[in-house]
Amino acid sequence: MTELRYLAPGTLDEAVGAFAAAGSAARILAGGTDLLVQMRSGILKPGVIVDIKKIPEMTAIEETADGGFRIGAAVSGMALAEHKNFGKVWPGVLEAVNLIGSKQVQGRASAGGNLCNGSPAGDSVPAMVAAGAIVTVQGPDGRREMKVEDVPAGPGRTNFKPGEILVSFTLPPRPPGSSDAYLRMIPRTEMDIAVVGCGVSLTMKDGTVTSARVGLGAVAPTVLLVEDAAKALIGSRLDDAALAKAASACSAACRPIDDKRGTIAYRTKVAGVLLKRTAAIAAKRATGK
Amino acid sequence: MNLVTNNKWIGQRTIRPDGMDKVTGRAQFAADTTMPGMIWGKILRSPHPHARIRSIDTSKAEKLPGVKAVVTSKDIVDFPIEKGAVMLGIQDMRWMCRNVMARDKALFPGHPVAAVAATTEAIAAEACNLIEIDYEVLPWSIEIDDAIKSDAPVLHEFNKFDGKPSNIVGRLEHKKGDIAEGFKKADIVIERTFTTRPVHQGYIEPHACLISVAPDGKTTIWSSSQGQFMVRAMTSMLSGIPQSDIRAIPAEIGGGFGGKTIVYLEPLATLLAKKSGRPVKMVMTREEVMRATGPTSGSKSTVKIGATRDGKIVAAHGTFYLQAGAFPGSPIRGAAGCSFTPYDIPNLLSEGYDVCSNRSKVAAYRAPGAPIGAYAVECVMDEVAERLKMDPLDFRLKNAAKQGTKAAHGPVFPRIGYIETVEAAKASPHYAAPLGDGHGKLRGRGVASGFWFNAGGESSAQVNITEDGNVVVTTGHPDIGGSRAGIANICAELLGIDYRRVSVIIGDTQTVGFSNLTGGSRVLFASSMVVTQSTEKIIQTLRERAAKIWEIDPEAVKWENGAAHPVSPNAGQFEPLTLEQLAEKAPAMGGPIGAGVQLNTQGADGGFGTHICDVEVDVDLGIARVIRYTAVQDVGRAIHPGYVEGQLQGGVAQGIGWALNEEYIYTKEGKVDNPGFLDYRMPVCSDLPMIDCIMVEIPNPKHPQGVKGVGEVPLVPVMAAVANAIYNALGKRFYALPMSPPKVLEKLESADAAGCGVEA
Repeated sequence: MTELRYLAPGTLDEAVGAFAAAGSAARILAGGTDLLVQMRSGILKPGVIVDIKKIPEMTAIEETADGGFRIGAAVSGMALAEHKNFGKVWPGVLEAVNLIGSKQVQGRASAGGNLCNGSPAGDSVPAMVAAGAIVTVQGPDGRREMKVEDVPAGPGRTNFKPGEILVSFTLPPRPPGSSDAYLRMIPRTEMDIAVVGCGVSLTMKDGTVTSARVGLGAVAPTVLLVEDAAKALIGSRLDDAALAKAASACSAACRPIDDKRGTIAYRTKVAGVLLKRTAAIAAKRATGK
Repeated sequence: MNLVTNNKWIGQRTIRPDGMDKVTGRAQFAADTTMPGMIWGKILRSPHPHARIRSIDTSKAEKLPGVKAVVTSKDIVDFPIEKGAVMLGIQDMRWMCRNVMARDKALFPGHPVAAVAATTEAIAAEACNLIEIDYEVLPWSIEIDDAIKSDAPVLHEFNKFDGKPSNIVGRLEHKKGDIAEGFKKADIVIERTFTTRPVHQGYIEPHACLISVAPDGKTTIWSSSQGQFMVRAMTSMLSGIPQSDIRAIPAEIGGGFGGKTIVYLEPLATLLAKKSGRPVKMVMTREEVMRATGPTSGSKSTVKIGATRDGKIVAAHGTFYLQAGAFPGSPIRGAAGCSFTPYDIPNLLSEGYDVCSNRSKVAAYRAPGAPIGAYAVECVMDEVAERLKMDPLDFRLKNAAKQGTKAAHGPVFPRIGYIETVEAAKASPHYAAPLGDGHGKLRGRGVASGFWFNAGGESSAQVNITEDGNVVVTTGHPDIGGSRAGIANICAELLGIDYRRVSVIIGDTQTVGFSNLTGGSRVLFASSMVVTQSTEKIIQTLRERAAKIWEIDPEAVKWENGAAHPVSPNAGQFEPLTLEQLAEKAPAMGGPIGAGVQLNTQGADGGFGTHICDVEVDVDLGIARVIRYTAVQDVGRAIHPGYVEGQLQGGVAQGIGWALNEEYIYTKEGKVDNPGFLDYRMPVCSDLPMIDCIMVEIPNPKHPQGVKGVGEVPLVPVMAAVANAIYNALGKRFYALPMSPPKVLEKLESADAAGCGVEA
């Protein structure tokens, strides 16, 4: 029988050292809501587990001096929900993070784990992409920053280098008139996995969109940043023509598969439908109307 | 008839006896049991849909340290096919012995081919991987259309249909009048073809057992099932251990819905325990449950109904093809026998075809076959009513079966309550309420009816008065629908004592008399009969003992409010003697007080229900949601209304899942692609509205409390009610389940309005 070692270092340097030393046999444990399930079902048999929850930086939510937020990679969905300001500034990111699993799962599951799991259907990822989040990673060669949309490499894979650990997400400060939203299509009402997920972040001035970002999930091997959809929205008053153009851009960006969760035709159409609905919610929040 | 009136406990929502244990986690399910020295059993399953097993080499597995026993089909008692059927209930042991372990052929992915017991689960799993099997992979089919093709790979070569080897392994028909003549009289004829996908019962508790076989062969089984006597009999037949040596102890059960009316693990664990000399525990994973235990059939049905312009049905023809899975035995009786039964149709032909294919053997699922048949019939009923411009409930009333109607499956109905269910639906606040504004979503309403046979059969009970004057009732049926609570109400009522003084337990096979399966909505019907008769015997004893004390005639003693009272001419002369007092005096008066009765109960009446469903469809996403639902049912007598409503609501919830999202999805390789609750989408609480129940009580005159079975009827009408509501919302009819979002959107975007039906 294979042996399993569990480590819970108190510093990031120790964690990186242990993780890098163990090589491909090691897995990072944050909430464990993916990892433990994969281990129990026999998909994964790691030799070393590095629990990062004892590292203060990993579980901290910090408001940066410029008005942004830094969220530790192991911050649970429930901790993020309980933060007094985060949900006011980033309601779309929060609602996306809070859609991961059930209430019970929310006590453990983290946005960091959701990103590192590499699923194209991860709920928090399209919202983070729309938010323009920057991730900090640390590895044997030190720290670096990446755009969140550059992290996923394909189903179950990331672009992290060997030994690198996700440390935190940094969300930029928000100009006035900004908000975001996330919607997903699931056949049920909860406890389900996105067939399509859509995150939209907007800044509006006098009813006109001045900046926008759109993230789409579950329609390609990785979560997508849909720049053409954002372009269609920017400069518009979210009129039907602009929304239709942005919806078409979302549908055009889809490279989905037919599988047990949905068909190519269905996902392609729904990506556009969700764009319109998500943009409307984000706009309503941004303008306070 | 002996109906108790002015009831104190019958009809009360008493606190369920198993509730405290379940909410505090104390309830003992099969997977909770352990024994000193216990080891773990695991099953090696076929990866192929269809393969001949040329050889099995278990030598490497046997040599792995920690492995204590390995079994293959050679260890299991064979029931040779050519020797003919050996029936146990509705199961043929020839198929059962081959289902628990493949013999010459593996017939579905997940079919057990060997089992290992080892000191840990991990070693057992590793040992399974060391078993070498030489398979000759064969062509396969899963879907009905593929399985009935003339060149389809045949699962069971011995089976002939029309003189040729075939996967059609059974046919039945119910006939009344002459349909050719009947259709000639019709002004309107509608014929449609429908398909449904296999769906699983979805019990939360996976199959589990712990089995000990002592060196003298005495065997103890702790397991989760719908019948400890079924477990004992099947294990005995497949292991060769006599029934008298097998004590099957029923664990608390975490859901069954029909799926636990056969065995999967017990014979294997028994043989592993016998070989190893150690108690063996086996617990299925969810994936094993989904791959290898019985979902119900997928189906293909064609229904044709003809009616006159004034709304009278003159003829109907139904053809129901149901997947049996790997072995014969799909529930064609329920599909062909129940579907048209709510209606008085002079000319009727209802045919069922049992089709084998390379998927797991079906197991019973709540009114087996009836929801599949009713889906097709009730959707066509809706279309005929629409064409006639009749209200769908009025159309049903006009054709309703009633006392004296001869059902095509045989009986002439006694007093039945079908009409009352339709009338109650019509009079319900739901049917009168406007659909309301969907705020961009489309709303619709549909109705449907359904019938289920219900059953009686063998039950045993023992009722004992404890030394302190309380009551213990032992019955032989696992309680999956509230039978303990119902029996406590009845026994307390008869004895005139508080229901909390009656403790109802489920006995094991060696401590209570034979009791047939929990199934067919039979348990409260049958067990309350034997409990009533036992309790009446006790009351007779109590009266006799009071009479003896008072030195009066027993006929001059009445039992009331938990005590013996003298009646005229002695009324008032003696202080009443309570149950406690008589229990205290029992040793001096002839001994302990108790009585048992065993019966093959008769007189179960069928049950009818009529449902109303409102849906709301998001036409851009194709999502249909049920927003209001009312289930009306003739429940005979609601002994415990809370439980009866629970049964109605549970059946509806399962039907909504079947209608909207649940389905077995197969890969190109013939394997189930969604063997878990993430992608096999049963409804969650937030998917459903509160389901309203209207209990119509037409007491069963052949039962002491008027009981009719209630557990299965509520699943029968649901899929049709949902489908008819979606049609009402969208103006497009669906002829296939599930009506899941991609399929709804595809239909909305297609030009085809009517679907695949053929109109005459």
